[in-house]
Amino acid sequence: MSGVSLELRDLTLSYGARRAVEKVTARVDAAEMVALLGPNGAGKSTLLRAVSGSANGVSAGGARRTGQVLIDDVPLDEYDGASLARIVAVVPGQSRVAFPLRVEELVALGRIPHEHPLLGPRAADHAAIDAAIERVGISALRGRDVRELSLGERQLAVLAMAVAQAPRLLLLDEPTVHLDLRHQVKVMQLLRDLAKRDGVTILAVMHDINLAAHFFGRLLLLDQGRLVADGRPSDVLTPDRIRTVYGVDPALVAVARS
Amino acid sequence: MSTSVVAQRRAAARPAAWIDRLRHRPAWLALAGLVVLCVVAVAGVMFGSVAVPAGDTLAILAHRLLGWPVIVTWPASAETIVVELRLPRVLMALAVGAALSLAGVALQGLLRNPLADPYVLGTASGAALGAALALLVPVQFALLGFGLIHVLAFAGALGAVAIVYRVSRLGGLSSLSSVLLTGYAIGSLLAAGLAITMYLSGQTLRQIFFYLLGSFSLASWPQVAVGLPIIVLGTAVLLTRARSLNALLLGEETAAHLGLDVRRERLVLLAAASLVTAAAVAMTGLIGFVGLVVPHVVRLVAGPNARALLPLSAIWGAAFLAMADLIARVSGELPVGVITGVIGAPFFLFVLRRYRGGYEL
Repeated sequence: MSGVSLELRDLTLSYGARRAVEKVTARVDAAEMVALLGPNGAGKSTLLRAVSGSANGVSAGGARRTGQVLIDDVPLDEYDGASLARIVAVVPGQSRVAFPLRVEELVALGRIPHEHPLLGPRAADHAAIDAAIERVGISALRGRDVRELSLGERQLAVLAMAVAQAPRLLLLDEPTVHLDLRHQVKVMQLLRDLAKRDGVTILAVMHDINLAAHFFGRLLLLDQGRLVADGRPSDVLTPDRIRTVYGVDPALVAVARS
Repeated sequence: MSTSVVAQRRAAARPAAWIDRLRHRPAWLALAGLVVLCVVAVAGVMFGSVAVPAGDTLAILAHRLLGWPVIVTWPASAETIVVELRLPRVLMALAVGAALSLAGVALQGLLRNPLADPYVLGTASGAALGAALALLVPVQFALLGFGLIHVLAFAGALGAVAIVYRVSRLGGLSSLSSVLLTGYAIGSLLAAGLAITMYLSGQTLRQIFFYLLGSFSLASWPQVAVGLPIIVLGTAVLLTRARSLNALLLGEETAAHLGLDVRRERLVLLAAASLVTAAAVAMTGLIGFVGLVVPHVVRLVAGPNARALLPLSAIWGAAFLAMADLIARVSGELPVGVITGVIGAPFFLFVLRRYRGGYEL
């Protein structure tokens, strides 16, 4: 399975009068792996939610949308929810489980767009669930209650659910937040593997600049809703930009540019 | 408390291995439930103020329901009791038990709240107020066993949900906690209306009170004929919503990402759950605990997958309520709502203690 391209054209997202994202234009090619960076409140998550399924010009997060989002060169509004879910998977920033739920049951939810609407999962779905659990390396957690897991383990389980969904475009909202170094690297390696081996297109909101610079070939930098830089990490993360966008001493992220 | 202590406690709270295996064998649980259901149903037809011998009961049922050519050896009174009084009553208890359990599954899943039950969006208060007002009207009419009380209770239940739906703008993208709070507020308002109605009711107070506790003692074939189709229809719709309820396990946004038309599913789940609840409440009064406890107990044994949870809740809910009604009947027509509370609450506590993994509220 190969990835699909994602294109934003003059994308503006507003909550009432407030513009969270303003006139962003960018293109992510199939099988490309791109990180979305920016300080808190820059509009990263809002932008991600606009891409991740919406209708009638309203994004999943409730923001009003103008401009265009194209997936595989087809406008987002021309997809229906079910077919979009077979192409795009989303890993949300945090997920709360209301009822006791085992890891394998969580991963199985990723098959919902593919399974038979009435009869439920078939042999192929079960195989995909097993494969996803295997690939993310959480076989030992299969029977555990999701709510008993550490944040890192829980994040891996949610990733396995997205892998089971067999997406061609994977959107992630801060997939490494709260994770320790070992889990951060594990998640990054998994994403890289998905892009390289399966050709999945990946767009991830990243809070950790160093991690993003190390694992992503291309960064998009948002500041107050506007796209201020787009390119290779060394070109995007200049000392000047870090000072103006993040308002911190560039020496603090020096590692990123080395 | 250190993490390891928490971990130990949680490990200790994990269910026994044989229960754990059942989680992967929902068909066995369904089969066991059906056996229990049949036994309870036959017992429900046998026992009461007059006991009909088991042989006669089975013969009458085979004769009248299946048309078997059985030689009539029983008194005509036994046949009247079984066919005219107890059979509709047992059928009604089974249907209402299944309906309330499924409505509970649907509303807990939709609102993602373990405390939700079929009455959470004002149905109970609406129906109670409607019934109380009907009892206050001096002119009573009854057509085929239906009176103003059934009509107004049904209308009151649906009216209350409609108001909650409109006020909370559930059709738009309001948050679900605001829906719950709206349901609570409207419910309280209607309960105040009920209180003032009861205050003014004088001699009918006892009747209102009796209605509030629920009973199947007035079940009749005409009631079954009108109520059952509504319940069966709503139940059938709910049984097809497994995919939606599964998608909603991680919340509405994730459900949308999994391809669900969240707005439509909200409406379908809410309409079906409200319809069956209103029909159940209108005919039998307020029977508590079934719609809260049955889904939880089934979920703890069979897991949260709605493909198993929905049918199992329907089967076990039907069996549970038919059994509760049987107990109510042999203990001298106690209100069935009392029985469901007396059995349901301690059993629920026992189950919760066993599975201390518990809920994140």
